[in-house]
Amino acid sequence: MIRWVAVLSIGLSIGPGAVATSARAADPTEIGIGYLGHVGTRATLSLVEQPAENDGVAGARLAIDDNNTTGKFLNQRFTLEERRLKAGEDVAQVAAALAERNGFIIADLPADALLKAADALRERGTLIFNAGAIDERLREADCRANIIHVAPTRSMLADALAQYLVWKQWKRWLLVVGSHDEDKLYADALRRAATRFGAKIVQERTFEDTGGARRTDSGVTLIQRQMPVFTQQAPAYDVLVAADESEVFANYLPYRTWDPRPVAGSAGLEPKSWDAAQDQWGAVQMQNRFIRLNHRRMTALDMQAWTAVRMIGEATSRTSSGDTKKVIDFIKGADFSVAAFKGTRLTLRDWNLQLRQPILLVDGRMVVSVSPQEGFLHQVSELDTLGYDRPESKCKLR
Amino acid sequence: MQAALKRETSRMSRAGLLCGMVVWLAATPAHAFVAYVSNEKGNTVSVIDTESWTVTRTIKVGQRPRGIEFTRDGKFVMVAVGDDDTIQVIDAKTQAIVDTLPSGPDPELFVQDAAGKLLYVANENDNTVTVIDLEKRVRLGDIQVGVEPEGMTVSPDGKILINTSETTNMAHFIDTASRQIVANVLVDARPRFAEFKRDGSELWVSSEIGGTVSIIDPVKHVVTGKITFEIPGLRREAIQPVGIGMTRDGKTAFIALGPANRVAVVDTATRKVTKYLLVGQRVWHMAFTPDEKYLLVTNGVSNDVSVIDVPAQKVIKTIQVGELPWGITIAP
Repeated sequence: MIRWVAVLSIGLSIGPGAVATSARAADPTEIGIGYLGHVGTRATLSLVEQPAENDGVAGARLAIDDNNTTGKFLNQRFTLEERRLKAGEDVAQVAAALAERNGFIIADLPADALLKAADALRERGTLIFNAGAIDERLREADCRANIIHVAPTRSMLADALAQYLVWKQWKRWLLVVGSHDEDKLYADALRRAATRFGAKIVQERTFEDTGGARRTDSGVTLIQRQMPVFTQQAPAYDVLVAADESEVFANYLPYRTWDPRPVAGSAGLEPKSWDAAQDQWGAVQMQNRFIRLNHRRMTALDMQAWTAVRMIGEATSRTSSGDTKKVIDFIKGADFSVAAFKGTRLTLRDWNLQLRQPILLVDGRMVVSVSPQEGFLHQVSELDTLGYDRPESKCKLR
Repeated sequence: MQAALKRETSRMSRAGLLCGMVVWLAATPAHAFVAYVSNEKGNTVSVIDTESWTVTRTIKVGQRPRGIEFTRDGKFVMVAVGDDDTIQVIDAKTQAIVDTLPSGPDPELFVQDAAGKLLYVANENDNTVTVIDLEKRVRLGDIQVGVEPEGMTVSPDGKILINTSETTNMAHFIDTASRQIVANVLVDARPRFAEFKRDGSELWVSSEIGGTVSIIDPVKHVVTGKITFEIPGLRREAIQPVGIGMTRDGKTAFIALGPANRVAVVDTATRKVTKYLLVGQRVWHMAFTPDEKYLLVTNGVSNDVSVIDVPAQKVIKTIQVGELPWGITIAP
């Protein structure tokens, strides 16, 4: 290890030294990164949480700038090519076209589209970074050897929340689940988390999505009548946990429950990979850089894309190479880690290529806590107390 | 830590300055020094008397005080107040803020040249190192470095300025005469602090997230070794080296390990840890008393300073200071 690093450093120090003297003319190594997203953004209940058009790619752009600042000392240059998938377009074709010019692709796609893209690029050797999809199955039965998962999973998010609620001694949960598929998947993760960490779901309720607009001119009056009624006559509980990824009802619950209880999950105290309020571990510099570049605050998706691009930059600087194969081997290797302002190094789970990471618990204004919580121990890494662990995994990388 | 003057000279010069106006200095006990601690969250600086080991004064400063250093002549204490985008100057006599320096945005750590004429400041927000003329108190220029510059030190011969950049993960070697980068050495993730051996033969750089200290040959610009840490019962991620202190004879190094709540004692010849000293929570920066009998370390989360007896390699005292103590400097 020590010898390897010493040799590497010799290689690296020659480049910049040379830059200062004679070899300024040498062409930089170009590292092309593609960004594959989809057209349109989802509607949220809260107007302030409505995602920007460039949600995600804005983080990738900042990381390209950061990589290029480092790259000027190593004679490496990073480029970003953005492509948005339109409705009806064949994701395999679009991904293949993007891969013509880019050895790495950051993807913000739904699970099925992501798998199609990955399978289309398998022979080509392009590495995909999943920045957007939190589905468990992408890391389990449907895992792929050419997808690195930077986004956390539903189980990681649910476990992070459960650890805090249990630490807080809020162990009796009233679980309210939306009627859409992803709401049910999140509810599955929350039920699993409750069992793992010793919380009890005292009752489950379903909130049916009967349609309707998220913006109305007299919405508050109606919601104020509906929500107390919906939550009345519940068995004694400590916290209402809502599973509503579809943004239908959860944000209507805080301050409106029949019993005065805190809300967590899809509203109130939410588990997230990142938040604009995160200011610990040197994060302020990064938040400032992001605001300066994009004129808005940084979201979890922005951070996931930033981290993906930084992972590539980290690997190209450590290997002193822009060769896709070399870089991919390094990222998947045992020595890889990346710093992402979360107080600890982030590493990959080698059994399914999921990035280990602390999860923030945020209320929209502040970071309330960061999981894993103290006392949840693990023989390998405490970060592996979040989500499916190696012995439980169904993933066979291929 | 970077005491250029011997204690006696310093006391004489201070006595000279005071010009007989004040008598209390003469009564100062033989081995008393003064330590200034920046409290990042409290927006204060705690002044510690090393004879009684008590806080004698708490000075209100600007927002988010971090890097803190005595001027070479011992007359002033400079403290970087990052959220106010400046460095404040405290008069060590009156313990009042008397001036500010044009540091550039969000100054964090800084270092002086041997003469105390130039100040080099790491500005985290715009990837630059700012050079300030300390006498004229004007900004002389900026040097472009990597992403999030942090650790700063100057080689003992004064020819090379070192800056570490936290997201670029490099130690940048800057020629102090030309103010140009002459070499960049890649180290492990999030390099926080750099320190030369007094004879200039080695540069040590701590990597907080990487969990290592790289030892660099400053002539060849290569990493010649790495110090790693293993503490039974502690997971690897909790070991996050930050502050480094080396004794004048170059034989012993002390390395603060952040949330591992320990200071590692390293034999610099074998480059092995010989002892871990349990201190307060999240230990970051440190300073020796000029006689090197004591080493004071700041414990951010437990809001205190631990005093290490250097020859005995033992923690002998804990002193409560302000909120989130960060940096520390001791009068030369």
